[in-house]
Amino acid sequence: MNEIFPGVKEEYSRYVDVPSTSPIDSPGTRHRWHILDNLTELNERGIVPRGTLLCIHGNPTWSFLWRSLLTHVADHGLPWRVVAVDQLDMGYSARTATFRRLADRVIDLGDLTTALEISGPVTTVGHDWGGIISLGWALAHQEQLANLVLTNTAVHPAGFDLPAALRLASNPAVHGWGTKTTDAFLRVTHSLARPALKPEIRQAFMAPYTAADRRTGVANFVADIPFAPDHPSRPALDGISEGIRSLDAPALLLWGPKDPVFSDRYLRDLLSRLPQAEVHRFEGAGHLVQEDRDIATPVFEWLTAGNSTSRKAKNAARATGGEYRPMLAQLDARTEDPSVAVVDIHPPRSLSWAELGRQVNALATGLQQIGVTAGTRVNLLVPPGIELTSLIYACLRLGAVIVVADAGLGTKGMGRAIRGAGPDYLIGIDRALAGAKLFGWPGIRIAVTDLSMAKRKMLGVRYTVNELLDLGVNAKAGSDGFTSVDPDTDAAVLFTSGSTGPAKGVVYTHRQLAAMRDTLHQTYGLQAGSALVAGFAPFALLGPALGATSVTPNMDVTAPRTLTASALAEAAEAVKATAIFASPAALANVLATQSELSPGQRDSLEAVSLMLSAGAPIPEPLLAKVQALVPNARVHTPYGMTEALPVTDITLDGIQRAGSGNGVCVGTAVCGAQVAIAPLDPQGCPANEPCTSVHATGEILVRAPHVKDRYDRLWFTEEQSTSVPGWHRTGDVGHFDDAGCLWVEGRLGHVLHTAKGPVTPVAAEHAAESVAGAGRAALVGVGPKGTQAAVIVMESVPAVKKAGPASAAVSQAVRSAVSAIGVDVAAVLLVPALPTDIRHNSKIDRTALAAWATKAVSGGRIGNP
Amino acid sequence: MSTGQVRTVRKRILVTGASGMLGGAVAQVLRVQGHHVRTFQRRPSAGATDEILGSLTDTAAVERAVDSMDAVVHLAAKVSFTGRWKEFVDTNIVGTRTLLEASKTAGVTDFVNVSSPSVAHFGSSLAGAAAGEADPERARGNYARSKAVAELEALAEDSGNFRVASMRPHVVWGPGDTQLVERVIQRAKSGRLPLLDHGAALIDTIYIDNAAAAIARSLERMADARGKAVVITNAEPRPVGELIAGICRAGGAPIPRLHVPGWMARGAGSVIERAWLAAGSRNLVQDEPPMTRFLAEQLSTAHWFDQRDTQKILDWKPTVSIDEGLRKLAAHYGGIGPRIAM
Repeated sequence: MNEIFPGVKEEYSRYVDVPSTSPIDSPGTRHRWHILDNLTELNERGIVPRGTLLCIHGNPTWSFLWRSLLTHVADHGLPWRVVAVDQLDMGYSARTATFRRLADRVIDLGDLTTALEISGPVTTVGHDWGGIISLGWALAHQEQLANLVLTNTAVHPAGFDLPAALRLASNPAVHGWGTKTTDAFLRVTHSLARPALKPEIRQAFMAPYTAADRRTGVANFVADIPFAPDHPSRPALDGISEGIRSLDAPALLLWGPKDPVFSDRYLRDLLSRLPQAEVHRFEGAGHLVQEDRDIATPVFEWLTAGNSTSRKAKNAARATGGEYRPMLAQLDARTEDPSVAVVDIHPPRSLSWAELGRQVNALATGLQQIGVTAGTRVNLLVPPGIELTSLIYACLRLGAVIVVADAGLGTKGMGRAIRGAGPDYLIGIDRALAGAKLFGWPGIRIAVTDLSMAKRKMLGVRYTVNELLDLGVNAKAGSDGFTSVDPDTDAAVLFTSGSTGPAKGVVYTHRQLAAMRDTLHQTYGLQAGSALVAGFAPFALLGPALGATSVTPNMDVTAPRTLTASALAEAAEAVKATAIFASPAALANVLATQSELSPGQRDSLEAVSLMLSAGAPIPEPLLAKVQALVPNARVHTPYGMTEALPVTDITLDGIQRAGSGNGVCVGTAVCGAQVAIAPLDPQGCPANEPCTSVHATGEILVRAPHVKDRYDRLWFTEEQSTSVPGWHRTGDVGHFDDAGCLWVEGRLGHVLHTAKGPVTPVAAEHAAESVAGAGRAALVGVGPKGTQAAVIVMESVPAVKKAGPASAAVSQAVRSAVSAIGVDVAAVLLVPALPTDIRHNSKIDRTALAAWATKAVSGGRIGNP
Repeated sequence: MSTGQVRTVRKRILVTGASGMLGGAVAQVLRVQGHHVRTFQRRPSAGATDEILGSLTDTAAVERAVDSMDAVVHLAAKVSFTGRWKEFVDTNIVGTRTLLEASKTAGVTDFVNVSSPSVAHFGSSLAGAAAGEADPERARGNYARSKAVAELEALAEDSGNFRVASMRPHVVWGPGDTQLVERVIQRAKSGRLPLLDHGAALIDTIYIDNAAAAIARSLERMADARGKAVVITNAEPRPVGELIAGICRAGGAPIPRLHVPGWMARGAGSVIERAWLAAGSRNLVQDEPPMTRFLAEQLSTAHWFDQRDTQKILDWKPTVSIDEGLRKLAAHYGGIGPRIAM
C-alpha cells in the first residue's frame, strides 16, 4: 500500500471539481477540492457505511490532521465513511484568489457535500476554526446531522479577550509577515504538539504551504477572525454560536487543555451552548490533540455505543435503590436543637445544630444573591472545619456543585484539577486565593476571611463570606425559601489522589452522596448522638448529614503526619467522642507521640467506641498498637477509593484471623455494596464478566448506590470504567478467599507482565519485607510487557544514603523469600526512601518507581528515585 | 548432563571447536544421547573417539571432517575481544563458508551455526530484547562483525533438504571456563577488577550445561528452528555486580569493591584496546587486554533477552538455575556457593 504522506494511503487522496454557489464567486465558477475519502476502500471490502464523518481542519493545517480516523476505520473494518476535506485556499485544494470569509466557507462546505452526493447521517468533526465552520454546516443541514464532534475550537469571543497568541498573529504589524511572507504561523502551530511532532509529520503539515503564494489562505483565515463587534464576519459568527443552542444532536468534545489559544474557557463556553455534550479532556495534551493523543478510539467507540445510553437512563436505573433522604434532612429536623453540632479546636469555635442550620441557610441565600444556582460549580479551597462544613451544606441546599480539590494534590495537581472542573466560583482562604491569582485558576473569587481593600484588589476578590452572610441575613429567606433539589443532579466533584496519573474529577449526585452517608450509618452505626473526630476529610464532611457531632482536630490537613496524640485527645475530649476517623499516616504519628498524653487525655481516648483508619492500607502491627490506645473501641479499616467510599470493611480481629496471604485482606462488602472480580487472562487483561469464584485473581469490581455517577469531563475514562455493565472497575486487582473475604493485590497498572504470566505485587512485597533489616518494599516490572523482569525496590533499616543494588547476600535473602511465593526476582535495589503520594503519604508511586528501576538496571548512573 | 535420554535415531554429527568449553560439552551431550560424534579442531579434545585435527582455513581437512556426516554443529571460531580484522575474516567468515559448502556437498542435512547475540546488538542497553537480525555494519568489534557475516551467510543457505539454524548463547559460564570465570577470579585475586556503575545492569547469562543442552536440542527441533537465529540464556537476568560477586565467592576470590563509572571504563577501554593491538602486532603481549570498550559495554549496560520464542522453538527450558550453577562452580574451585534457597 503506497502512502503519500506518513499514515495516509494514496487511494484516500482524491480531487473533486465543485460548482460554487458562494456569492463571492461569479456564477458558473468551479473549484477543485482535495479530500481524503475512504469510500472506495469501504466498497472494495463490501462494507456499507452507517454514516459519514465530515472532518474540517482549522488554520493552518489540512486534511492530514484526520488521518488517524481513516486508519482506525481501515484497521478495525468499521462501517464509517470518513471524508476529510482541505478547505479552499488551504492544503491541496484550489487557490481561489478571493478572500473567503466564514459565511463563504460554510457555503463552500455545503457545495462540496452536495457535489459528493453525501447522503445519510453525517457526523461533523471540527478543529480550531474548522470547528465553527463544521457547526455552520450542521445548522444548514440539520435533516442530515447525526452527531457533532469538536476538538479545541471556539464559537464565540464575546466576553473574552482574544487569545494573546491570536491577537499577535492578527496585529496588522505582524499579520502579513507572520502568516504569509514567512511560515512562522505554521511553525508556531506545529510546535504546540505535546510531545513534539516527529520531523516527517511536521514536514507533512508544512508540505502544502511551502511557498508564500500557497499561504494566502493561512493569512486570510487569521484576518477573518471576528474579534471586533464590527468585523464583517461577526454576524455569521453570532448566527452560528447562537444557532447551535437549538441543536440537540449528541455531541462529543475532545480537548487538549494545554492550548494557549483555545483554552478551557472556550470549552466551558461550548458546554453552555451544547449542554448535552460529553467531554473528554486529555490532561497534558495541547492544541493539536489529534497528534498528541489517540482520538480515533474514543470517537468511534462513542459513535458505536457510547451515546446510546444517556446519563438519564443510567440514573433511572440506579434510582430504584432505597428511600432517599436529602443530605440536609438532619439539619432541617434540628433547627431548634441547642446541642453542639460542629466544633473547631483551632481556633476554638462551636455551633449548635440550630446555629449551624441558620448559618447554612444564610450562606445559601447569600450565594443565591450573587448568582449561584442549581448546577453552578463552586470550588471550595478551605481547610476542614466549621467554615468548610457550612459552605458545603449551603451549596448542597442550592443544588450548586461543590468542587473539592484538596491541597494533598500538590499545587500543580490542584491547578490541573481546578482548571479541569472549571468552577464558576472559587471560595478560598488567603493562600488559595493567592494561588488562584498567580496561576489564573477560573472562578469568581470569594474570600473566607475579611481582607484589606488593597489585598482584596490584589487578589481579585469579589466577595467575602461575611458579606455573603450579611446578604443572606438581610434577604431573610428561611429554609422554606429554597426549592428542593433534584436528587439525580450533580452534587460534588471530588478528586482522586493522582497516584495513578493526573488526578481525576469524580462526580457524585445528591442521591449518591446520601447513599454514602447511609452506608456509613448502616455499617458503623454512626447516627444522631454519635460524636466523631474528623481526622480524615471525606467522611468528616458527612457529620452533619449523619446527625453526628463532629470536631476537627488541630492539625495541618495537608500533612496527616502533623496529627499528634494530644491534639487527637484534645479533640476527643471536646465532644466526648465516640468515633475517630484518621489516616494511617496520622495514626502513625499519634502512636509516635503518645508519651505526651496526660492521664485525662488517655481517659477520653478510652471512651471511644469506634476507630476507623481510612485512606490507605494500614499494616496490622500498626493497627494493633492503635487498639492499645483505644482499648474499648472496635477498630475498623475500610477499603475504598474516591469513586466508591467505602467498598469493604474489616476489623483488626478480622485482619489477624486472615493472617498473611497474597495481598492485603480488606474484608467483606459494606452495607449496600456488592463486590466481584473480573479475572485476568494470561496476558493480564481483565475479563468483561463479573465473577465471584474463590482464588481467581482479577480486577475488583464494585456496585453500590454510593458509587460515583461518572468521571468529570473524562468521557472515555468513564466508558472504560463502566465497560462491565452495571459495575465500576476499580483498577485494583485482588481475589476472594475461602471465607469470602476480598484480598487486594495491588493496582491493575502495577501488575507485572512476566514470561510466566501476570504477577501482582503485594504478596511479593510482604515476602521481601519479612527479611531481616528490610523496610518497605515495592515490586516493579522492567522490560517489555510479556517478558518483564521483576525488581524489588526497598527501604532498609538503617536506611542507605544512596540508591544502588543490594549486596549479593541481601539480594539472595530477598530473592529466596520472594521465590517462596513463586516470583523470580532479577534484582534487588535499596533506596533511601520510596516515593509516595502527597495526600496519604503512603501510596507508593510504582509507575514512577518502575521507570526509575528500569533506568537503574539498564546501566549508567543511579540517582535516588 | 540434563537431556540424557537415548534417542532412537542415531545420527553422525560433526562438532567443530570441541576443544573449547562449550564445544566439548555439546559433543559430550550428543555422545550421551547415543549419537556418533566426530570432532574437528586444531588441538585434541577430551573424550573424542572420532577426531580430525585441522583448521577451518584448510579446505581439504574440512572436507574430510564432514565426510559421511548427517549433521554439523559449528562452534569453532576466533573468539577474542581484540585482534586484527583479517584473522577474524579467515576463521569466522571464510572458515564458516568453507564448512557450509563442504557440508552441502557431503550431503549433510542439518547445520547448527553457533553465534552470539552481539551480532544483532550495538552497544545500547537491552531489556527483554528479541533476537533481531544480524547486522555486520553496526555490530561492535571484529568478533561480532565477523560472526554477523557468518550467521547471515549460514542462514541464507537454509533451503530444501539443507536445514540451517543459528544458536546464540549469551555469556556462557561454568567450571573450566577461561573466557569469563577464570579471568574474573584471577583479576579479583590480583585486585584488578572494578565494578562499573555499581554493577546494577541486568545481564542474562547461561550456565554451560544449559547451553550445551539447548544446542543439542536444536538438532531435534530443526523443523521449527531452521532459518532462525535463536538467543539462548538461563532466562534469569541478574545484576552484573551480583554475578561477578557470585563467581568470585565460588572461586575463593575477594569481592571487588572498586567502583568505576561506566563512561570512564568505556573510554579507557578504547585506549587500552588500541595500545594492546599495537603492542600485539609487535608481539609484545599475548594475553587479552585487561579492559576493552566492548567488555566495558558488556559490563556496564543491561543485556537480557526475551526467551519466550526460544523456549517455544526449542521446546526446552534451562534445568540448572544460576544459583545451582554457582554451587557447581564453588564445588569446582572449593569456594562458597549461594546458600540453599528456602
